Amino acid sequence: MSTKEAAPWESPTSGESRSRSLTICRAQREAVDWEMAHDERVFMMGEDVAGFGGVFGTADGLGDKFGADRVIDMPISETGWIGMAAGAAMEGMRPIIELAYVDFIGVCYNAIVNHAAKTYFMSGGQFKVPMVLISGTGAGYSNAAQHSQCLHATLAHMPGLKVVSPTNAYDAKGMMHTAIRDDNFVVFLVHKGASGVGFMGPLVKTSLSDVPQEDYTVPFGKIKVYREGTDVTIAGVGLAVHQALESADSLAKMGISAEVIDIRSLVPLDRGGIIESVAKTGRLVVADEDYHSYGVSGEVIASVIEHDATIFKAPPQRVCIPDVSIPFSRPLEYSILPLEERITSAALKTIENV
Amino acid sequence: MSLPNSIRRSMFETMVRSRFWDDRLTEQYWIDKTPVFAFGAGPLPGELHTSHGQEPVGAGVCAALSDEDMITTGHRPHHIAVARGVDLREMSAELFGKKAGLSGGRGGHMHLYDRRVNFSSSGIIAEGLGPAAGMAFARKMQKKSGVALSFLGDGAVNQGAFHEVMNIVGLHKLPFICVIEDNKWAVTTHKSMSTACERNSDRAENYGMTGEFVEGNDPELIYLATQRALERARSGEGGTILEIETVRLSGHFMGDPAGYITGEKSEYQVDPVPVYRARLIDDGILTEQEASDTERVIGAEVDEAIKFALDADYPDARDALNCTFA
Repeated sequence: MSTKEAAPWESPTSGESRSRSLTICRAQREAVDWEMAHDERVFMMGEDVAGFGGVFGTADGLGDKFGADRVIDMPISETGWIGMAAGAAMEGMRPIIELAYVDFIGVCYNAIVNHAAKTYFMSGGQFKVPMVLISGTGAGYSNAAQHSQCLHATLAHMPGLKVVSPTNAYDAKGMMHTAIRDDNFVVFLVHKGASGVGFMGPLVKTSLSDVPQEDYTVPFGKIKVYREGTDVTIAGVGLAVHQALESADSLAKMGISAEVIDIRSLVPLDRGGIIESVAKTGRLVVADEDYHSYGVSGEVIASVIEHDATIFKAPPQRVCIPDVSIPFSRPLEYSILPLEERITSAALKTIENV
Repeated sequence: MSLPNSIRRSMFETMVRSRFWDDRLTEQYWIDKTPVFAFGAGPLPGELHTSHGQEPVGAGVCAALSDEDMITTGHRPHHIAVARGVDLREMSAELFGKKAGLSGGRGGHMHLYDRRVNFSSSGIIAEGLGPAAGMAFARKMQKKSGVALSFLGDGAVNQGAFHEVMNIVGLHKLPFICVIEDNKWAVTTHKSMSTACERNSDRAENYGMTGEFVEGNDPELIYLATQRALERARSGEGGTILEIETVRLSGHFMGDPAGYITGEKSEYQVDPVPVYRARLIDDGILTEQEASDTERVIGAEVDEAIKFALDADYPDARDALNCTFA
């Protein structure tokens, strides 16, 4: 595979079930590698993917392995080449494309929303658009308002595209296999802070997992229960899931049992799975690093209420970016992120409200 | 240069078919839209951008194509769709929002798709360029033949997508033809007020492409220029920006009386269909009788397609919920 040395967290193992602890980036890259090796319709296209391996290492070594015809560097022309990817998909290819930061979506939203997402519908099913758009999300590293957004709702709101955001390496690999094999347009978002990319500092331990060498799929439309609990459900998206796990530790010390679930598939959304958890706990906190209003957090809460308005023992809480642009300065930025302290406070509010 | 008579006759037929279809659609369009004009009213709802005057572009370009070639086009797609051989009955049904339409009534007039003839259109200005280039790219990767063409208006050239895609086409020497229909009008804004150069085909050199400008709204010159562009594309020489001088005899869309096309700007507004008819008769390719017969036969074919659409059933309303995902 890659000519590069194994990363330090890749502990070589032997035996039949060869799983290693990987980061999200490296795990999802394995799925891309496998699919490209097994399906000649799959190719990768984006900025700085062929030689550099992509800003987040998602194509690391793939350019050398598959050549410049299948890992294709593109100019800074996103509406051009994302439109091209949609056209290539319409002609039977399965492009994987990388838009490094999801913040850049403004320049290619037309190609994404008006073409890739709508073509299957508008053509009455004549043209499928099986492609995967990989993009990095998230704040927490002083990169300010144009390089820190999640924009979950900006994508998930639009019909015709699936949106997933795995939060650990096992899911990242399995969901990438699922995404590439899907006949639809899938947006694959990974929070930079959880992805294991080199410039984001220490690894988030709960994002690492044992990843089998062989291919496997993780289905879309199913929440993942990270931690079972009985008093309050904390539903998270992206890095907020890991903050929720820390919050659950803090709450446990106070004698409160929190159930932490990872939404991980925004479209399709596992409404039943979320409702099942809330039915058990009667309390809900949604932690989402997207903006507060009109977002996934509101959608999750509304979905539960539409099912059963009497399910809540206390009003549900949202922990999101409070409808401001993401600031640069560390104290300013940290104050608005859905970090452990804010999630814990929100959870306590649901308990105190009993 | 002299084209085979069969091709000249065929291009005339295509122009007549497109014109008759647009004429019938225009009649249908105004039903129930007076005295109060509402896009959404009547049997043929929505915006309607007819192709009156631009028929030579569809006829000339498409006559030169092969089955494996691929087309994307824009919000004014009729003349190209008709020339490409998109099924007239199903296309009519699509415009009337019927179940028998190309997309079961999900697309309508600006969003026409017919996989059988590698045809699609988009209502978003210039955004058909990327998909077309991607189709060319796919064929290249699949080692299959086929040239992709994207049609757009001269006004659309000022979109960023044009620059982005032309650069990539040139960079990768894609089998691609960018057909610019220069009707001089971007809705109500004249080319002289929107575009810094007189001919967009002159931009080609800077994108590593070949540029050709075709004057006169002449289907035969358009056919020959397309042939040259196809040859370059198929032989690996790369893409062409083919800018074709044409006319928009209608307003931007139905309901636009085009009162701004006055004075010297109206002088070149010549209807190409009777011009080509007279020319074929003068050249002895058609007799007056044969031309009339052709018009009668095509008129009946178009009438039948419109009747098919009018008689067809509307989709079950629940169909709105189908077809978002494969």
